[in-house]
Amino acid sequence: MAYTFDFASVLEYSDALLAGTVKTLALTAVGTVFGLGIGILGAVSRAWKLSPFDRIFAVYVELIRNTPFLVQLFFIFFGLPALGLQLNEWQAAILAMVINLGAYSTEIIRSGIEATPRGQIEAAESLAMTRSQVFRHVVLPPALLKVWPSICSQVVIVMLGSSVCSQIAAEELTFAANFIQSRNFRAFETYFVVTAMYFLLAIAVRQAMVQAGQRLIARRKK
Amino acid sequence: MALVRINGLHKHFGSNHVLKGIDLDIEEGQVIALIGRSGSGKSTLLRTINGLETFEQGEIEVDGEHLHPRDTDLRALRQKVGMIFQQFNLFPHLSVGRNVMLATQVVKKIGEKEAEDIARTMLLKVGLLEKFDAYPDQLSGGQQQRVAIARALAMQPRVLLCDEITSALDPELVNEVLAVVKTLAAEGMTLIMVTHEMRFAREVGDKLVFMHHGRIHESGDPQQLFANPQTPELANFIGSIN
Repeated sequence: MAYTFDFASVLEYSDALLAGTVKTLALTAVGTVFGLGIGILGAVSRAWKLSPFDRIFAVYVELIRNTPFLVQLFFIFFGLPALGLQLNEWQAAILAMVINLGAYSTEIIRSGIEATPRGQIEAAESLAMTRSQVFRHVVLPPALLKVWPSICSQVVIVMLGSSVCSQIAAEELTFAANFIQSRNFRAFETYFVVTAMYFLLAIAVRQAMVQAGQRLIARRKK
Repeated sequence: MALVRINGLHKHFGSNHVLKGIDLDIEEGQVIALIGRSGSGKSTLLRTINGLETFEQGEIEVDGEHLHPRDTDLRALRQKVGMIFQQFNLFPHLSVGRNVMLATQVVKKIGEKEAEDIARTMLLKVGLLEKFDAYPDQLSGGQQQRVAIARALAMQPRVLLCDEITSALDPELVNEVLAVVKTLAAEGMTLIMVTHEMRFAREVGDKLVFMHHGRIHESGDPQQLFANPQTPELANFIGSIN
């Protein structure tokens, strides 16, 4: 008995798919902005050994890099209420993504900062720039430029990883997929479509990140 | 009254005593050539003058700004002391014009338009105005070094420190950089140069300072010292490089 494919039964739920896609992208966008913000702070603390922050970030990075994202998410959503911190599913999902990307990007950006030639920092210092001016104008832009491909990859990884947020009922794309196949019982068609959507999203997000990098930090070609 | 005064300067790297009591007065408009073997302390001395190296004992004064051991706020001093490095150290992500403008904008808080005017003036001075929009990796070593000079000049320093500024250049590019330095000297800029260009030191220098084992071993008029070194160490050094 041959299986009859019925993709129309998935497309009936295109509203749910679209809503899930928007939520996935929103999670990724917020996670990226704040995650990279934490990454920059962490990276400068670690690279320039700003006590005590360097040690705090070292522990944080190891903690996040050596534990599964799903467990981090469950801890935030199910565990923290015991300490009186009750977060809804979106707050928990965003927090988990920011914390996760923050840790990975700390290490990525740190490698870029540490690759800054000592002489460029000395040149900036001898022009009477303060430490924070040196960091902002001389160290950070080339460092980000250098590691931007790694950052793009990490953001895509985090976006794909956001699918586990469906497990705390955040209604993103994977949640939508689970919902649809529980209604139409068309697991193959549903997950096929959603897989394709993730694939295209990943490519689009990577492209957007590459473009953003060129806009924000790369040299402006005349 | 000397523009730069260095008194009883001592500096250690760990247990290595690299500056053993340096006393040096430099008048406005003087060109000082610091020479000596590698490890004699000449580069370290230069780097202490704008605080890139700390020192343990002694005092440095530049145009009324005092620098003491363990000083941390060096900005006032550094606005009076420009520095040019062996490796140029241009900022690779900024255009030539932006390299020159950056410190005038963020340190002196000069507006965009005026900063650009200053940058163009300084690039004209080093003969690279047409490279305003180029990026450092599109320039030759000699051109990069001239941009570095323009960048330092844009801050209008009272003294310019030059740390072996032609040592990383191909031989055919050395002269274009030295020509710029010569112009600055002729205009009355106070220059302290660590250099291996002995002919240049003799031609342009007002005072030769020979460092040996962390001390000023001999100093004086370059013409006379080259012709007639007073110590065997200097005679030996001059002999070894000719």
